[in-house]
Amino acid sequence: MGFQVERQGDVTVVDVEGQLIVGNRQELKQKVLEQLESGDRKFVIDFSNTGYIDSSGLGVLVSLSKKIREQGGELRLADLNEDLRTLFELTKLDTLFKIADSRGEAMVGL
Amino acid sequence: METKLILELPNDVREIEHVVDFVMQRCSTCQMHGRKLKFNLRVSLTEALSNAMLYGNAKDSRKRVRMEVIVGEHEIKARVTDEGTGFDPEGIPDPTSPDHLEKCSGRGLFLMRELMDEVHFNESGNQVTLVLRSDTGADEAGGEVDGA
Repeated sequence: MGFQVERQGDVTVVDVEGQLIVGNRQELKQKVLEQLESGDRKFVIDFSNTGYIDSSGLGVLVSLSKKIREQGGELRLADLNEDLRTLFELTKLDTLFKIADSRGEAMVGL
Repeated sequence: METKLILELPNDVREIEHVVDFVMQRCSTCQMHGRKLKFNLRVSLTEALSNAMLYGNAKDSRKRVRMEVIVGEHEIKARVTDEGTGFDPEGIPDPTSPDHLEKCSGRGLFLMRELMDEVHFNESGNQVTLVLRSDTGADEAGGEVDGA
């Protein structure tokens, strides 16, 4: 379980392996903010290997999205399973994020 | 036949995943299948424990959280009690309203209310009771989204 950060062109892609929950949300926040401070502006978080996100994890994604937007960048989300999509729909966060079916789709036009 | 679990937990969020996994295993005797058990209950238990540890007990490692779960044939009831002073659940704003959509917190209670058949608090607000039934006709989380 953890977060893998890689660069694909000018896009920073973060792969969330396992869960994004109260116990590890700060680790994701720190990794993304480090990339933002180093000048990265385009981000995709890939959830293809993610089983669960709790409300704390949702809160971190909201926080990161705001910080990235404030720096003129954009955060997109990719490959949410059915349960994760339900969480975004229930909380209406699907209206706040651009959510793509795949990492490749998320990178189009970013 | 009912099964009753009583768990006394340290105030450590790293324990939540293991505890929820344990409870979910013990709930397999309930005649409730599919996503309502696997998704609705898991999310709600996780959020109740997280709220108790982070907000109720204010991350104080000296405090504990008590969890009681009664698994019936068609109903699961979970009660989570922290050692905090409680709060007013009605004072929590709707996190889906435009004014609060970009807030970083406040979604845990909302998710519990969306996904469980009943959510209620004791008078002081340091104990939440969650009830999930198999006979509501809304056996899928997605089936409740439209009515939310």
